Parts: sequence; structure tokens; C-alpha cells
Amino acid sequence: MQAFVDITKTISTFAIPLLILSIVVYGAFKKVKIYEAFVEGAKEGFNVAVRIIPFLVAMLVAIGIFRAGGAMEILTAVLSPLTSLIGMPAETIPMAVMRPLSGSGALGVMSETIAAHGPDSLIGRMVSVMMGSGETTFYVLAVYFGSVSVTKTRHAVPAGIIADVVGILASVWLVNLIWG
Amino acid sequence: MLNYIWLALIIIGIGVAVGKDITQPPDPAAEQQFPAIMKVTNEGIIGSAKTAVTLALGLIGIMALWLGVMKIAEQAGLITLLAKVLKPITSRLFPDVPAEHPAMGAMIMNISANMLGLANAATPLGLKAMEELNKLNKKLGTATDAMCTFLVINTSNVQLVAAPVIAIRVAAGSANPTEFLGAAIVATTISTIVGVTTVKLLAKLPFYKKQLEG
Repeated sequence: MQAFVDITKTISTFAIPLLILSIVVYGAFKKVKIYEAFVEGAKEGFNVAVRIIPFLVAMLVAIGIFRAGGAMEILTAVLSPLTSLIGMPAETIPMAVMRPLSGSGALGVMSETIAAHGPDSLIGRMVSVMMGSGETTFYVLAVYFGSVSVTKTRHAVPAGIIADVVGILASVWLVNLIWG
Repeated sequence: MLNYIWLALIIIGIGVAVGKDITQPPDPAAEQQFPAIMKVTNEGIIGSAKTAVTLALGLIGIMALWLGVMKIAEQAGLITLLAKVLKPITSRLFPDVPAEHPAMGAMIMNISANMLGLANAATPLGLKAMEELNKLNKKLGTATDAMCTFLVINTSNVQLVAAPVIAIRVAAGSANPTEFLGAAIVATTISTIVGVTTVKLLAKLPFYKKQLEG
């Protein structure tokens, strides 16, 4: 198993330098003025980063209020009778709620849950699958739409939330099926 | 919709903090008796605002790097080439985007980077894709169907290697740190399929269609 970890680590380490190398070499081969082209594209980097700030502040502050005030514990208490019906332990609810809201928050919740229940317990496996299969939906929505100043997000939010809920349900179902 | 979620997060968050401060029995050991929870919430608000700026500014270097590399790829015709190869899939997912539009190439590169777990590369490529998609937008400020579809694929994306999860499991002494990967890939594939189906169905609703007009 250590070999697999090493291989994936090696691939991840090589991926970016190799990608840059191949694009630059291909560009040179195609007679692109690579240095000029790079600088021209890179100029935009600052603008894009600055453009997303207001959207990110709005999103992270609202999520920050929700987390710091203890609303998460109440949500867990409210949801636990429902989730126990589908074989989802109450201990995994904070993970399920945090996953779409905050990447660092979700990673923190995962570490705490695994420290409390062990990585190879049913709960530990379930939070791992949820973490590995989910994405920080609200961060992505804020940053991506923010970068092009879109405020009317139409059906992206409901569809994203439905996909998140289905991902959580699928994680619960699979973990119970494989290790339950 | 984002308006309502934003409002709900703030009202519930502050409401719960107030409620807890009022109902909590006094703790003689605590430094500040009242309102202890509101104090934490206050710190949370200021801290989150700072984090948002740190996160955004932290993106500048990586954004500049990838937007630069992408410009080379674009001028070399690599993006168009990639779009051509994957045309059978992408033309179905994004019928409103011309098959060889640069947006297609950028979206494909973003989704590939996400699958490989290369978060640093994925965000700049994704933002490049949004910029290209926005060039096809007839009503600026409003999301197009293609943008919604792209974001749902992005937020439910299939990730082949979830490196941070493996790292935490290794640190916690797991006997098999990568055993969750198979289940995670299946779960995220299910959520992507459901997400894409949902986004396509919702796009047909008159309510959402109307928002594109005018």
C-alpha cells in the first residue's frame, strides 16, 4: 500500500512541471513567441484575483458566522433523527454539512472525527469517503461566478446542492455496503 | 438563491449565538462571562473577512503562472486541438458553446486538473474557462446555461486522488490509508451524473429560461 501512496505522490509531483514543459516546448515548436505570450496571459492574474475578493468576503463571512456561533451543533441535533434512518451515524453530520461550505473547515472536521473514532472505523471511513468525493461547492460558486461578476446564478446553486446531497447519500450507502 | 442562503447563514448563525449566550449557565472559570459566544462569533466575522483576502491574494502568483501557460497553449493551437478531440462529449454537455471555442479547451483542462487533484492548477484554468464562457454571454451578470453546467460538473467533480485525505489517514495510523478511494470515486461519479441531469432539467424550466431574456 505504501507503494501506491508513493506512486500517486510521484505522479502529482511530476504532473505540473511536465505539463508546463510540454506546453512550452509545443509552443516553441509551433513558432509561438512563448515569452511574450506568457507575459501577456500572466498580466491578467492580478486582476482576476482582485476581482473575486468581494465575492469571497461575502461568502466566507456568512459561513464564518454560521460556524463560530455554534449553529452547526444545532443542525446536527436536528438532522440526526433523519440521518439515522438511512444508516448515517450522527458523528458524520458535521462533515456532511461542512464539506460544501469550507475546505479547511471540512479538513479540520475530518481530522477531529478520525482522531476520535479511528481511521478504520465505519465513521472514520465514512468521513474519508465524504471528504474524498465532495467539493467546496460554495467556494467554487463564489470564486467562479465572482471572477466574471455574475450575481444572478440561476439554476447553478440548486443543482449544485442536489449533487452534493446525492454525493453524501451515495457515500453513506457505499460505506455501509462495503464495510457495514 | 444565493441571496436566501446568505441571509439564512447570517440570521441562523447570529440567532443561535444570541440564544446560546442567553441560555448558557454562567461558567465561573471563563474569562469573560457574557456574551462569550458572541465574542467568538465576532472574531469569526473579522477572521473570515481577512481569510478571504489572504486566499484571493494568495491566488495571484498561481493565477499569473497558469494564465501565462494557457496563453502559450492557446496561441500554439493546443486548446483548440483538445476541444476537437473531445467534441463528441462536450458538444452534448455544452450545446450553446461552439465546438472549437477556447472555452471548451479551458473547461476540459480544468476538469482534468480537478480529476488529478491538482487544485493549484484547476482554479486558474476554471476561471479562464469562465472568462471565455462570459464572452458568449448575452446578458452580463447573469449565468448562462453553459456556466451552470460547468459549475455543477466542477462542484461534483470526479477526483481520482484525494491527497489530503490520504495524508490525514496515514497520520492517524490507518492500516489501509487509500481504501476509501474506490468508494469515493463511485460516490462522486453518481453525484456528477445526478448533478448534470439536474442542471439540464432545471435549464428547461420557464422560470430559469426567463432570466436569460431581456
